[in-house]
Amino acid sequence: MRACQRVFATLAGLALLVSGIGAQTIQINGAGATFPNPIYSKWFSEYNKANPKVQINYQPIGSGGGIRQLSNQTVFFGATDGPMTPEQMQQAPGKVLHLPTVLGAVVPIYNLQGAGELKFNGQVLADIYLGKITKWNDAAIAKLNAGAKLPATDITVVHRAEASGTSYIWVDFLAKVSPEWLKKAGVATSVNWPVGLGGKGNEGVSGLVQQTPGSIGYVELIYAIQNKISYGSVQNADGEFVRATVQSVTAAAGAAVKNMPKDFRVSITNAPGKGVYPISSFTWLLLYENPKDKAQSKVMVDFVKWALTDGQKFAPDLGYAPLPAEVVKLEMAVLGTIKVS
Amino acid sequence: MFKGRELGFRLGTGAVAFCIVLIVAAIGWELVRQSQLSIAKFGLGFWVHDIWDPVSGEFGARPFIWGTLYSSVLALLLAGPIALGIAIFLSELCPASLRTPLTFLTELLAAIPSIVYGLWGIYVLVPIVRSLESSLPESLKMVPLFSGPPVGVGMLAAVLILAVMVIPFTASVAREVLKAVPMSQREGAYALGATKWEAIQAALYYARTGIIGAVMLGFGRALGETMAVTMVIGNTPKISLSLLAPQYTMAAVLANEFSEAADELYLDALIEVGLVLFIITLTVNVASRMLIWKMNRPAVKRKPVRVATPVGEAA
Repeated sequence: MRACQRVFATLAGLALLVSGIGAQTIQINGAGATFPNPIYSKWFSEYNKANPKVQINYQPIGSGGGIRQLSNQTVFFGATDGPMTPEQMQQAPGKVLHLPTVLGAVVPIYNLQGAGELKFNGQVLADIYLGKITKWNDAAIAKLNAGAKLPATDITVVHRAEASGTSYIWVDFLAKVSPEWLKKAGVATSVNWPVGLGGKGNEGVSGLVQQTPGSIGYVELIYAIQNKISYGSVQNADGEFVRATVQSVTAAAGAAVKNMPKDFRVSITNAPGKGVYPISSFTWLLLYENPKDKAQSKVMVDFVKWALTDGQKFAPDLGYAPLPAEVVKLEMAVLGTIKVS
Repeated sequence: MFKGRELGFRLGTGAVAFCIVLIVAAIGWELVRQSQLSIAKFGLGFWVHDIWDPVSGEFGARPFIWGTLYSSVLALLLAGPIALGIAIFLSELCPASLRTPLTFLTELLAAIPSIVYGLWGIYVLVPIVRSLESSLPESLKMVPLFSGPPVGVGMLAAVLILAVMVIPFTASVAREVLKAVPMSQREGAYALGATKWEAIQAALYYARTGIIGAVMLGFGRALGETMAVTMVIGNTPKISLSLLAPQYTMAAVLANEFSEAADELYLDALIEVGLVLFIITLTVNVASRMLIWKMNRPAVKRKPVRVATPVGEAA
């Protein structure tokens, strides 16, 4: 009986070994933010073309879900639009590294007949979203837009109904410029909105804004570009009014390089510097520093290195801003610390 | 041998039926288990608290409970009579050549995915509702039912879309129920000299429990409807009587916030919302069952349907 078992175990071990050697593909699973899903999908398919043995699967289930699954170790990597909180870092079974992959931006959109392109600053946006500015011809808006035709209509505020990274970036900016916003609503993927309607997804928000005269909302830059929605410019920390473009968003990251913390968990909204668009943000990949599966780890590190260098050229076409070279250099050093054997 | 097979059949079907009970119990148990943090922290206050603030970790479900019940009840009030009208027309009055295509069309409505209803709601229904709301006379706007700015999305749009979604369900079940009424009921009524309307009344009376079942089926569907409602209701957790006000439902908040809920209390609070929805749906279903039982039992006290007295017969 025992001999029989031993033979069986040996055979099973052999089978495992053989299948390990002969394995044609190595599969890695990840989950997280929906916002970078288009570029991640592009990367995974391009990388698979160049390295047919590597297959990376990504489920865009939301940043919160990604963090949860990473902590439960049901996926190898996560992805998020807002950095993990210190409590979340503590709950994870190992040290989690944040690696910025690309940048995105959020832009204000509005529906105001004949007003042309409007200028906003953080204070005005915060006061509108706090319900303190309720009319379009409010003195604060008029002061920024000398000469624009501003009617005395009510402002209808539109925000995202569901929790989302887009909202996180938007309220993160509002909280930085308005202490009152920080106190009353705070910063999270979903907050207790003081006023306004909730639209579901970018399409829900832009749909509501386009249909409702006198409304204001916010969407991702990619979404505004792809759907040719005109959007306003926003005053940055240096006092310039900047329109969101791939260049002005990358500039925001460049400005943050000097004060970049070692773990990259940094908000770059309202970043200082010339030509910087203030409502910009990184989106991060989440990896364990010392993962269980070293074979997957090695492949993943190679992939991230590729994504940060060759992969960046796919970003602008999809509406994302590529990382500045300085950030990539810092990340390469961090990638070197991930255990691969 | 026959006995053995008979026994096996009984046991087999019994086990399958028991599975249903088991599944319901397991869902309830799991919902309670997963929402422990929130139950411990808020207790029964969860049902009556108005603030939903994920940032400060304060959760109360009352606005969602209110939005769910309010929208479903209003949708039912609107859809019930229409669905019943459709059912009566299709089973009693419709010319045979029209019956099949009309039946098919009602059932087709039930097959449309709710996300399609939602998109139709955003792009077609909401603009119509908005223009309707803006054209309300000022005097009406003083009434709490119609107060607030006309933004289009809100309770009215949600009720209308729910009604459209509920009608095919209620109508087709009610039609089946009416079809099952024995011809002898109607013939009996005719024999007593009843008009068409009176004969239909008799059939309706005969089918009343089934019709209530059909209506409750629609109510259940309205309570749990998620996608279409969240797209048009405005997703604002504030209690209001106004049809114009944007509000929120339980199913909608679950769909919207579950994917991004990363911290434990937030997640538990969302699962407790699911528990509340589960309890309410269960209560509604049990209540409708009881209603049907009650109606069936005192069959002796049945109120006779009044039938026109034939001419010439002495009273």
